Amino acid sequence: MIRRSAFHPRLEQLNATALWTHWAGCLVAPRYQLSEKFEYFALRNAAGLFDTSPLYKYRFTGPEVAEYLGGVLVRNPDRMRAGQAQYTAWCDDRGYVIEDGVLFRHGADDFMLTTAEPNLAYFTALATGTKVQIEDVSDHIAALAIQGPNSRAILAELLPEVSGLGFFHHVDAKLGDAPVTVSRTGFTGDLGYELWIPADDALEVFDAVCESGAPHGLIPVGLDALDMARIEAGLLLLDVDFDSARFAFNDAHRSTPTELGFGWMHRAIESEGRAFIGRDAIRRELEGGLTRWSQVGLIVDWAEHDRAYRSAGLLPPKDHRPVRGESMVYDESGERVGYATSAMYSPVLQRHIALARVRPDLGTVGIGVQVEFTIDHAYEKIAATVTALPFYDPPRRTAMP
Amino acid sequence: MSDTTNFDAIVIGGGHNGLTTAAYLAKAGLHTLVLERRPLLGGAAITEELYPGFQFTTFSYALSLLRPQIIHELELPKHGFMPLLMPTTFHPLPDRDFIYLGTDRGENLNEIARHSKHDADAYEQYDYDITRVIQAVKPLFDSAPPDVLDGSPEGLVEMAELAKHLRGLEPRVLHNLVRLLTGSAADFLDDYFESVALKGLLASSGIIGTKLGPMSPGSGLVLLFHKMGEHDGTFGQWAFHKGGNGGFSEVLGRAARAYGAEIMTDSEVVRVVTSEGRATGVALTDGTELSAGVVVSAADPRRTFFEFVDPRELPVELVDALRRYKYRGVSSKVNFALDGLPRYPGLEGGDHYRGFLNIGPTMEYLERAFDDAKYGWFSSRPYIDAAIQSTIDPDMAPPGKHVLSCFVQYTPYELEEASWAAERDNLGDTVQDVLETYFPGFSDLVLHREVVTPLDIEQVGGLPEGNIFHGELLAPQLYFFRPAPGWNRYATPISGYYQCGSGTHPGGCVMGGPGRLAAQRILADLGR
Repeated sequence: MIRRSAFHPRLEQLNATALWTHWAGCLVAPRYQLSEKFEYFALRNAAGLFDTSPLYKYRFTGPEVAEYLGGVLVRNPDRMRAGQAQYTAWCDDRGYVIEDGVLFRHGADDFMLTTAEPNLAYFTALATGTKVQIEDVSDHIAALAIQGPNSRAILAELLPEVSGLGFFHHVDAKLGDAPVTVSRTGFTGDLGYELWIPADDALEVFDAVCESGAPHGLIPVGLDALDMARIEAGLLLLDVDFDSARFAFNDAHRSTPTELGFGWMHRAIESEGRAFIGRDAIRRELEGGLTRWSQVGLIVDWAEHDRAYRSAGLLPPKDHRPVRGESMVYDESGERVGYATSAMYSPVLQRHIALARVRPDLGTVGIGVQVEFTIDHAYEKIAATVTALPFYDPPRRTAMP
Repeated sequence: MSDTTNFDAIVIGGGHNGLTTAAYLAKAGLHTLVLERRPLLGGAAITEELYPGFQFTTFSYALSLLRPQIIHELELPKHGFMPLLMPTTFHPLPDRDFIYLGTDRGENLNEIARHSKHDADAYEQYDYDITRVIQAVKPLFDSAPPDVLDGSPEGLVEMAELAKHLRGLEPRVLHNLVRLLTGSAADFLDDYFESVALKGLLASSGIIGTKLGPMSPGSGLVLLFHKMGEHDGTFGQWAFHKGGNGGFSEVLGRAARAYGAEIMTDSEVVRVVTSEGRATGVALTDGTELSAGVVVSAADPRRTFFEFVDPRELPVELVDALRRYKYRGVSSKVNFALDGLPRYPGLEGGDHYRGFLNIGPTMEYLERAFDDAKYGWFSSRPYIDAAIQSTIDPDMAPPGKHVLSCFVQYTPYELEEASWAAERDNLGDTVQDVLETYFPGFSDLVLHREVVTPLDIEQVGGLPEGNIFHGELLAPQLYFFRPAPGWNRYATPISGYYQCGSGTHPGGCVMGGPGRLAAQRILADLGR
């Protein structure tokens, strides 16, 4: 049975396309109206409402929980106070990334972690013999993301607490009668918030947010628009941009944190002295220079792209819809030096962009490479420049009001 | 500090073409100054808060034909460039029916098939044929035209290259190009479609800003011209810039400044200073004189050649051609602040307002609207190209409120035995009446109304006779001949004095093409 989110009764009415797809076993809308690009612009220019309930949510409690999570996760959860959140990852003992997620600290011994795929058995096995309880609260908590430049104004009318809420902070509040947690987090790379709501209160909160948001241009956005925003934000997607080390068949399909651009997560690996799963392997990787890839962004040379299509008698496509699947990256001499995993034409940057992994010596901003396009049923190399991620990073994302 | 009276280049006019030229010149390293007569930048591409909390696009109201090269070459996304998608087109009909198009091909074909199954298929053919013509014309649009009078070897080579380009086109594409360049929009559309409603919708592109009806030869050219606009690679699609066209002008201003250009507002030029047939600078109304080796006029041809310089210094042939150059503005704007969204009977919600509302149900309606103008009066039932821009950019109005921009045609600059000062409110009422018939209860929503007549477009916007294109888009004043034969390549007979406004190729609309090509010419002449 496919799951339906707690918001489904409303989403079903809002989805004018009759298109549905599945995400984490849940029915979700790729788009709500017939233009995912308009939904995208809501995220960048007004505000978008996204049902993020299908995420798996695990609650970790107990007197040893901080120590436990510190041993499992790449970032140190004990550096957070209650009311803070962390984007983090976890690795296998060979230092390859299993998954990434956001960890929320609700109290000294109370955390919640969101994940894209099921991880309950994995985390439970690691908790053997510790005083840590792990509960899958996925179905109990409905999650609603309000993202975009107007998101603060929309929520401030309902939850005054958002006015002072810092980036990656969260606070418990009441919306009407519903107890909600509001966090300044999201997957769009823009100013935005997520509401964590008891499933029974989901519709009441949804209606209040819609009513407050409509005058500010809030519209529901589907997976397609979110996918556009997250590429511009340089946020990787499991099973699209990388694979879980747990289920990969060989190491070519596994990546270390450094190879995914998560090196900053273990910046304190030497000074901190904290042992976590994969630490020793990561230290060996760093000491031995064993890192195979550098996670970068590529910006395609517009003039060369134009010329390549025009000389074939074609119109240069500027398609905003993300293209998944790998395309090869070459250096000037024609040697293959990497691969791109998600590509699109960015409407705010007005460029073809791609998330890519290149040989570490080419991972420097400004380096020229070539990326493969298919023109007239044949591969054609077009110049591109290595850039840092995120591609798009408006100051409002992290700024205080 | 940089010199404040001596510049490498001075651009007269801070409209979008002037700013574009200035940005390119500054990028190439010229010490460049832009002089704008008004307190705000943008010329006819401005956004003004004319009623508290409501942002009006007083004149131009959409990003229409902006050349994509400019976005990249001037790095506009760094400066806040944001072309918002207008996902719908709504064409209401007198019987309360409508054509409502969006961005989904299948849904659009269904909608057209509701009016004519034949036309759903024909629409695909029409779209393909037009796109192929645009593909053929685009290289000519985006480069300086040859000088047809230039008999030098270089001039002949350029003409030969043009001939070669045309020879390379598929015969069907070439023929469709000629159909559009010479015929009427009505004839062209009749060749494809049977639905009068669909033809009414599509014909409006053939009349915008032009004193022609859809049945007049020449309107096909205007139709093609407007289809040259593109949004992220889709032809015929226009966008709405964040903050309106004033927001776009600010982006251009920031880009120009980032390259080192200086911009002075409230600085009106009275004349270009010349010495022995060479431009040496400009004089301002307050008596200030500023010097520069290059002076560029972003104003229209009349002011460029008859006001800023003494026409007696110019060749008689050029002066004659410019005297014949036609402006004849027929467009007005009526802008509204609304208390809420209008209601269209039978359609709930407001999704259908997220793009242009095309009020001109049939080609006959448009032609009859034109008939009034032929005899010196404004249309009793005008064509209205409306957009509720706050549905696309909510920051244009207070939460829950809206701004409505109405482009209105036909409203001839010269009225028969009447003045625009006296007719201003009548025009506003006429437009409001038409809107009321389509959207019952419309008038109750009106919080404020701004009527912008052709006279206002001339006096406030600085566009002679209120022509929105700096002169009509007629074949005798385009390409080889814009603004005049022999002077279609941005230079003037006065050495160092150039033109970069919409009165040069490729012409009007918020496109920046003239500004970009003029800058290329200037830099080439300077050996840069």
